Amino acid sequence: MTELFLRSVFSENLALSFFLGICTFLAVSKRVETAVGLGIALIVVQTVTVPVNYLIFSYLLDDGAWGWLGLVDVDLRFLKLIAFIGVIAAMVQVLEMVLDRHVPTLYRALGIYLPLITVNCAILGGSLFMVERNYDFAQSVVFGLGSGVGWALAIAALAAIRERLEYADIPAGLRGLGMAFIVTGLMSMGFTAFGGVHLP
Amino acid sequence: MARTLRHLLAPIIDNNPVTLQVLGLCSALAVTTSLLTALTMSAALTAVLVMSNIAISAIRHHIPNSIRLIVQITIISTLVIVIDQFLQAFAFEISQRLSIFVSLIVTNCLVMGRAEAFAMRNPVGPSILDGLGNGLGYSLILVIIGIIRELFGAGTLLGLVILPAVKDGGWYTPLNLMLMAPSAFFILGLLVWAIRSLRVEQAEPKEFPLTDEPERRHG
Repeated sequence: MTELFLRSVFSENLALSFFLGICTFLAVSKRVETAVGLGIALIVVQTVTVPVNYLIFSYLLDDGAWGWLGLVDVDLRFLKLIAFIGVIAAMVQVLEMVLDRHVPTLYRALGIYLPLITVNCAILGGSLFMVERNYDFAQSVVFGLGSGVGWALAIAALAAIRERLEYADIPAGLRGLGMAFIVTGLMSMGFTAFGGVHLP
Repeated sequence: MARTLRHLLAPIIDNNPVTLQVLGLCSALAVTTSLLTALTMSAALTAVLVMSNIAISAIRHHIPNSIRLIVQITIISTLVIVIDQFLQAFAFEISQRLSIFVSLIVTNCLVMGRAEAFAMRNPVGPSILDGLGNGLGYSLILVIIGIIRELFGAGTLLGLVILPAVKDGGWYTPLNLMLMAPSAFFILGLLVWAIRSLRVEQAEPKEFPLTDEPERRHG
């Protein structure tokens, strides 16, 4: 479990080794403050949606999931895409209402980033990986938390680097997007190195 | 005629969806370890883009504005499921190598972006050309990155040996880095640099230009 957590945070980081959520990753990483806000929102949503999608997939959509009703041949796996998107949109909405009611400070801090998360491919990708790698319930909780933390860590680090780069003298064509790619590539190399870390 | 063609040609370099509009990056980086996967992904995305543009533009007068995003997402994910099932049925091996990235076309901002920005406001004809043009612009970047990564990473193109590798008795030592994640970022970054050096107007202005007023400086 610890190994799965560390792997999903570092060596199999969603943003840096699977390129998930890169659009948002590059667009919202100009300031550390906003990057951290988005990172926290993503951790929360990811930790909730991956296990919920696991339950939906294995009890409603999987091959033979309706066996207890006598419908042994029903295989609804092709519906997983639409189901997951629906779940993610609904979870974000619910989370928004719960936070607004019980933790208004966090809700105000997250602001616009919470609804934006619905279309972030890191969230959908996390759920799809959970299906593809056949995680069980406990593993999907750990994977959801770990991959969220990894993504948040990466975007906060990139934002910090880009804030510093603001004053660097970069060639005109490379400024902005080009430089962001190069920096992300270097970070990605750094994170790959964690692949060698094994727990005793 | 010239205006119609512009819908098709403009997105290929001048308004490229990947390097200028910054849309659809996830898949552009992830599936380019070999040329074959890059081509398959390009074909899948172009097909989805053209069909979703047709569908959305055809019913654009009947979509209530308040629920248009849900309608768009439903149309797009239906098309993606069709493509995904098609690949699994007729090209199973490639669909395994593309892993989850075909499904992720759903959240690819390129499809959604073109639906929202173009197909919702234009008739079917121009929407087809816009979808095709953006699909080709996206494919162009994918194919370039795919060629570079497969050629230098494995010495092959579409599985054919171009640079014979040392382990097979040739002279070329494959660069393993090319097959790993960081190289995709580097190549795309350099590609953006190259395009923006040729088309100077695409370069981003400095966000905080240094001025000569001394009172704004700290320290």
